[in-house]
Amino acid sequence: MIRPPLPRWLLLPVTAAVVFLAVPLVALLARVPWMRLPALLSAPAAVDAFLLSLRTCAVTTLVCLVLGLPLALLLSRGTGRWAAAGRTLSTVPMVLPPVVAGLALLIALGRREPLGGWLAAGGIDLAFTTTAVVIAQTFVAMPYLVVSVEGALRSTPDDYAITAATLGASPTTVLWRVSLPLVAPAVASGAALAFARALGEFGATLTFAGSLQGTTRTLPLEIYLQREVDTDTALALSVVLIAIAALLVAVTARFSRGAWSRP
Amino acid sequence: MRRGVAAGLAAGLLLGATLLTACAPAPSGSGTTLVVFAASSLNPTFATLGREFEAAHPGVTVTFSFDGSAALVDQLKAGAPADVFASADTANMDKAGTAGLIGDGPAQFTTNSLTLIVPRGNPAGITGLDESLDGRKLVICADGVPCGTATRKLAAALGITLEPVSEETKVTDVRTKVESGQADAGIVYVTDARASGTKVETLPITGADTARNVYLIGTVTASTQATLAAEFVALVTGELGQQALKAAGFGG
Repeated sequence: MIRPPLPRWLLLPVTAAVVFLAVPLVALLARVPWMRLPALLSAPAAVDAFLLSLRTCAVTTLVCLVLGLPLALLLSRGTGRWAAAGRTLSTVPMVLPPVVAGLALLIALGRREPLGGWLAAGGIDLAFTTTAVVIAQTFVAMPYLVVSVEGALRSTPDDYAITAATLGASPTTVLWRVSLPLVAPAVASGAALAFARALGEFGATLTFAGSLQGTTRTLPLEIYLQREVDTDTALALSVVLIAIAALLVAVTARFSRGAWSRP
Repeated sequence: MRRGVAAGLAAGLLLGATLLTACAPAPSGSGTTLVVFAASSLNPTFATLGREFEAAHPGVTVTFSFDGSAALVDQLKAGAPADVFASADTANMDKAGTAGLIGDGPAQFTTNSLTLIVPRGNPAGITGLDESLDGRKLVICADGVPCGTATRKLAAALGITLEPVSEETKVTDVRTKVESGQADAGIVYVTDARASGTKVETLPITGADTARNVYLIGTVTASTQATLAAEFVALVTGELGQQALKAAGFGG
């Protein structure tokens, strides 16, 4: 079946949209001191920020999978008020302004706040630690995984799972062998999105975790600092973030198009 | 058909460009606007002086952009419309001057020095820049931003090594971390300590005057209102401006 062509006047808003999205990125890339890029990116502060970002984002993605997958599974089965509430709760951090997320975390887990004070009394002091970075990233990134996986689970027919259960498979077996493999592409793209969101996390980290080279100063925080100190370094590091983001989005698009081999 | 596509593309480019520039401030219909770019630490003081200026110049509105001095220089370089620039250190004013952005002779109009602050009640029992800070959470400004450069200079002058748990890009971030009690102590400008009020306690640093930041103000060469800009500079450097700055803790 051949789709009817789109009206030609659509070119007008389409070009406008492309220009709107491309111009800032192209302008930034045009300003980057490409010749000095290797030198700028091999500076110890830049390397530390890059490695810290990779490390924390990897841990964050893992935590998102461990905690977010079960939540997505439960939500996909839920109907009614509680499921709606759960769905809202797991989406809100996604649209929360980052600095608000940071304030919320600070008030919940700050050293002088009830919960944080209780943790500190137990010897768990989160203030200015890498753990605080991971917490901030997980708070804003997990919703991406949950929403992505839950949507896929809802649109997957139950036939296979029902058949497997009829044939005597236990709920755990059905989950591992049937339900999860069916949504594997969504899990992969959800994890990639969560990683990308964690990588860009800035406001909550700045408010909640602080900024120290090698401990809490991730790539976005290093860019924020270098913007005040040396614009060229900030631009060079921005290239790294843009490249990783583009890569992750490309991976996500590939998975969600179903290039993943289905069982 | 080809021409239709080309026309569509051209119109689209135009629309895109319009969208991108739509956020630029439009010149106000009546009266004139004086735009002042000033270092963040000048915030409450300059805002007050701006109101005095408006009262003395009917029809003139003063708008401020408060940010880190380096960020403001970047914006000026990019052609941001400003009439006056006030920097929190000589380095950034020099940068703006070298780029030909500032009219002749930026004037030094005040100084700011550093102090140690602790949360109200001093829960960690800090007594100063001494061994009471060992194992405590000290937050300072990052080297390279004006308050961080001053902090490094001060530590060198006092012959001490600071071991901070965080080095912030903005002095206000140091302040809020101490105010909330996340940090046990922080090094900020005297003016920040003053602005924090009763949320913090101030422990003066002996020898803090060895690392004072010098504040400079100048008119922007691209300004179309040179006279008004010069009058604002005169207000800041004059008696009224100096009194207001002193009241905020500047000049120490």
